[in-house]
Amino acid sequence: MFTDDNRARARDIVAQYPRARSAIMPLAYLAQDQHGWLPPEAIPEIAEFCGVSAAEVQGTVSFYTMFKRRPCGRLVVSVCTNVTCLVVGGPEILEHLEVKYASDDDVTVEEVECLAACGNAPSMQVNYEFHERLTPEVAEAIVEDYKAGRLAARTVSGTPQ
Amino acid sequence: MTTANTSEPFSETRIVTRRLHERPDDSWTIDGALASGAYDSLRQVLAQGDPSAVQAEATASGLRGRGGANFSTGQKWSFLPKDTFPRYLVVNGDEGEPSTFKDRMLLERDPHQLLEGIVIASYAIQCNLAFIYVRGEFALGHDRLMRAIADARAKGFIGKDIQGSGFDLDVVVHRGAGAYICGEETALLESLEGERGMPRLKPPFPAIEGLYAKPTVVNNVETLSTLPHIVRMGGEEYAKLGMARSTGTRVCALSGHVKRPGNYEVEFGCTFRDIIFGLGGGIRDDNALKFFLPGGASFQWLVEEHLDEPYDMDHAAQKLGTSLGSGAVMVFDETTDPVRVAWRLAKFYSHESCGKCTPCREGTGWVEKILYRILHGYASPEDFEMVCDVADNISPNFMAAPFNQTTLCPLGPSVASPIASLAKYYRDEIIERIAAQQAEVPA
Ligand SMILES: Cc1cc2nc3c(=O)[nH]c(=O)nc-3n(C[C@H](O)[C@H](O)[C@H](O)COP(=O)(O)O)c2cc1C
Ligand code: SF4
Ligand code: FES
Repeated sequence: MFTDDNRARARDIVAQYPRARSAIMPLAYLAQDQHGWLPPEAIPEIAEFCGVSAAEVQGTVSFYTMFKRRPCGRLVVSVCTNVTCLVVGGPEILEHLEVKYASDDDVTVEEVECLAACGNAPSMQVNYEFHERLTPEVAEAIVEDYKAGRLAARTVSGTPQ
Repeated sequence: MTTANTSEPFSETRIVTRRLHERPDDSWTIDGALASGAYDSLRQVLAQGDPSAVQAEATASGLRGRGGANFSTGQKWSFLPKDTFPRYLVVNGDEGEPSTFKDRMLLERDPHQLLEGIVIASYAIQCNLAFIYVRGEFALGHDRLMRAIADARAKGFIGKDIQGSGFDLDVVVHRGAGAYICGEETALLESLEGERGMPRLKPPFPAIEGLYAKPTVVNNVETLSTLPHIVRMGGEEYAKLGMARSTGTRVCALSGHVKRPGNYEVEFGCTFRDIIFGLGGGIRDDNALKFFLPGGASFQWLVEEHLDEPYDMDHAAQKLGTSLGSGAVMVFDETTDPVRVAWRLAKFYSHESCGKCTPCREGTGWVEKILYRILHGYASPEDFEMVCDVADNISPNFMAAPFNQTTLCPLGPSVASPIASLAKYYRDEIIERIAAQQAEVPA
């Protein structure tokens, strides 16, 4: 359930749009920020704000990979393996982090498409903060810095906190 | 053969990237932007008080959209039906084309230039509500944009009665959530309406029935960021830059095996050699060039013999059978396996297909699987013909350019471009490779 603060925010978000349905995505982000993922309970509440059925909200959010409909770590590490990163070591970084954090509940490692950071490839994001010119060791050190709180993480939606 | 050091140093022509280079520490702040002339063009436009004059300047400038389709901006605006209101401006900041990273830079490092362009465009087309669709992954760009909007509002550049002109404009930022297809303009509109991001059948075009079925202009971030400069210079003056129907400059995102990758703003009419060698410093380790992608992932590849061809939209389309697309130039050296690159692109299209059209939904997956077999030594002799056949089903006569479409949008047919490129440059190599793989398989 949305907190009172978030209910007020949700109303403001809906009011920005000519049609309430447009607020499905921003409200899904809001719920995700509150819960650390997008739990099934959030869907009917978003639907109510947007004046649509829960099925319609589910239909929309299930299209988009940034809505985490399963619990994820508090750190989402997105490693690019698209073609520029491909030829300068992206897949090796992905594999290294996947192995390293395979059983770490704090960290969810995912393979993603081009992050628009190819000028300094290979690249990754941690909760949507960019990290570029990586090697497997540097990438791991960065994740460790987030884990230890030496780097301040955004939410799993990329919202500053 | 080596292609190193075969070009003179070459310089950029910085127009939309001028502020962010001149003020590396504060170009994105309101103070930094105002100190370098931000919103002067907007003031000029509002003082002049004639929306159609702005449209005329845009048309005279010859500006063509920088989102990938190269369509004339002034002409696009002119398609809006007269006297139908409300109408909307929708800004495409979804930048997801592989190896394109110019809009992200413009968002992060010069959001006020974009906002100024948005207000000018909105005034020209007389809309009072604009939406900026920002790619979900661009967290920093989103933060800076939100801050810039708040600051611009406080200074009276956005909101009610802008600078006392009587013109009102509100701006709403909408974050995407990780779907490349939402960069396609009608999918973007669906997404803004709270739907799955699936393209619409055209016509009707957005100018007639766009967001909420109202007349809508969709323009790219770089396109709109150019407008303040067109106003400042005058359309005709802007049109003197560049060559033929490719006027002005373009921010070219150079990546891959070059010594100095990055965003470079170049005048149209330079050559690929100027970009790759003059600006990019040539191939890393002075290796030989294997091939390059001249306009993002979706168009056919070029090779060494094309280095001296002009960087011109029409020349690329009509003479080279490709496109300057999104402005990305990706460079691959002799160490690259072209099948691996084609496979990864196919994997991208397969993953990003919205699933609405069968040839794209099924075909991209098949292309990915067959290329994977070739890449890893499991291919059968007929596999290369088969992958060409699948490409041909998605894009009939698939070697042709521009590609033909059996689908609702160009995403599906885009997968034919890497296949056509393999067929054009590496067919024999690949067929031999498959035969060699066969020889290794025990009977
Ligand atoms: C699959 C696909 C993805 C696209 N992605 C983008 C994008 O990320 N950004 C963009 O500006 N245009 C993108 N486009 C082009 C848009 O459909 C549209 O032409 C453009 O936003 C119009 O703006 P412009 O005329 O200012 O270039 C894409 C097109 C297709 C078919
Ligand atoms: S071509 Fe592919 S991405 Fe485009 S509408 Fe059809 S299925 Fe969707
Ligand atoms: S290819 Fe990896 S960031 Fe673009």
